[in-house]
Amino acid sequence: MSSRHKIFAGWNSLWVIRGHLSRQTYLMFALAGMLLPLGAWWGVSVSGWMDKVFMPGPVDVLARTYTWFMDDDLMSDIWISTYRVVAGFTLSAVLAIPLGLMIGTYRPVQAMLEPLTDFIRYMPAVAFIPLVMLWVGIDESSKIAIIFIGTFFQMVLMVAEDVRRVPITQIEAAQTMGANRSEIVSLVIVPSAKPALLDTLRVTMGWAWTYLVVAELVAANSGLGYSILRAQRFMQTDKIFAGIILIGLIGLAIDQLFRWLHRKNFPWMYKK
Amino acid sequence: MNNKINIKAAGKTFGDGEGGIVALQDVNLGIASNEFVTFVGASGCGKSTLLRCIGGLESLSSGSIEIDGAAIDGPGVDRAMVFQHYSLYPWLTVTENIKFSRLLRAGREDITSADVEAASGRADALINLMGLNHVRDAYPNQLSGGMQQRVAIARALLPRPQILLMDEPFGALDAQTREVMHDLILHVSKLEKTTIVFVTHDVEEAIYLGQRVVVMAPRPGRIDSICPVDLPEKRDQDMKLSPGFLQQKKAILTRIRETAGMRTDYELLERMTRQAEQQNDMQ
Repeated sequence: MSSRHKIFAGWNSLWVIRGHLSRQTYLMFALAGMLLPLGAWWGVSVSGWMDKVFMPGPVDVLARTYTWFMDDDLMSDIWISTYRVVAGFTLSAVLAIPLGLMIGTYRPVQAMLEPLTDFIRYMPAVAFIPLVMLWVGIDESSKIAIIFIGTFFQMVLMVAEDVRRVPITQIEAAQTMGANRSEIVSLVIVPSAKPALLDTLRVTMGWAWTYLVVAELVAANSGLGYSILRAQRFMQTDKIFAGIILIGLIGLAIDQLFRWLHRKNFPWMYKK
Repeated sequence: MNNKINIKAAGKTFGDGEGGIVALQDVNLGIASNEFVTFVGASGCGKSTLLRCIGGLESLSSGSIEIDGAAIDGPGVDRAMVFQHYSLYPWLTVTENIKFSRLLRAGREDITSADVEAASGRADALINLMGLNHVRDAYPNQLSGGMQQRVAIARALLPRPQILLMDEPFGALDAQTREVMHDLILHVSKLEKTTIVFVTHDVEEAIYLGQRVVVMAPRPGRIDSICPVDLPEKRDQDMKLSPGFLQQKKAILTRIRETAGMRTDYELLERMTRQAEQQNDMQ
């Protein structure tokens, strides 16, 4: 067989439907997926096709991030934004988890609350801003309230769904072993749903970050979202890029943290 | 009557009005203590429903089920149940799964440390009995289907139930594993002196395990016939090929086929074959 034939066979085996990749090949593709857009971005910025004012290059963005860090107090922007997201998200989770647990476990609660929640979640969170400003004012709590409204209703329904996915045979097995209602909830439903719940938290955390920019529209004078909005006013596209990328990186870090927690807390899911 | 379980004029209807489905109609049966009774029947005959009613997971629409003369009301620790699958707790190890019922009593006052120790000894004995020693610290999803069912049976047996209800427990296992499980459960029933009610769709399994095979029929779900099994008490796999066994298997299969209301339409198959042949001829 010629070596050309071998390469061709190797290439073909990459495209087996739901096939398998070696770790090395996987990393190669992952790296390419990151570097190609970066390269394209860099290429466009140096080619001069687009005005630098509209399309700053990676180097400009890095430089802007540096000056933001040195002169413009980047860390306090990151801190206040993270605080708002985490506060809104935590408030959501603290209320949504018990409520979702009740909806997923008891039919009357489901009948009473699920259609209502379904209705409210289709109302745009952004449209609540004027109300929130009137009711809550324009201090920190209003930003937290917007993030809360954006995530809470989705979260309740997702938690309820996680709870409903607990196999009925797990519950019935406990019943035949003499478990009472509260034992079934605390010893079967909660531990069984926990991994799915942590995944739900991970996904909704992502949504909380997307609502940050919306929340910082509300008379904020600090934060990453606010900085992005203000940069637009001064045509600082490099700062807009920097802010968006920073939010992405923080989101990615938190996502990885949740994945690590998942592996740490549910080792039985990763043993085969 | 000294029956362990007495099913009296049991009826069960799902839904109401004209759309209601009669899952059980006037079912009467006595099951003796330490008896091994198996239930077979076409799908929809209500065999699983009846088992779930005995377990207290469903309630009857009419009639009653008595254990030692007392009508049941909901699940109880005297009746353990083994399901076809997905009933183990994947976040607990094999040993923790088997001891789960102890966890439930731990919060109640009447428990002493002697009880806990006795339970640990009991769990060890069951782990040995079921051949689970080498996997006692493994998680369920690390085990094969057969091993998982061994865990489920051990877990059900831990509180020494008088009655073991089994709902197609080996239905998802391959044929070889199933044979091993058959001999294991027969051994357990003798050792533990448990009354076993066993639902299956596999007639061979029903005859091999049961002292009596109850054949049920659908629409409405009812008992069609009861067949005492004429095999030596100590079973072995070769008996499945004995003339008596095969004869009984044929008789039961015939009853199920006749009551199923489902039949191979040979006329239709022949017509389709003829059409296909004609088309081939034309080409």
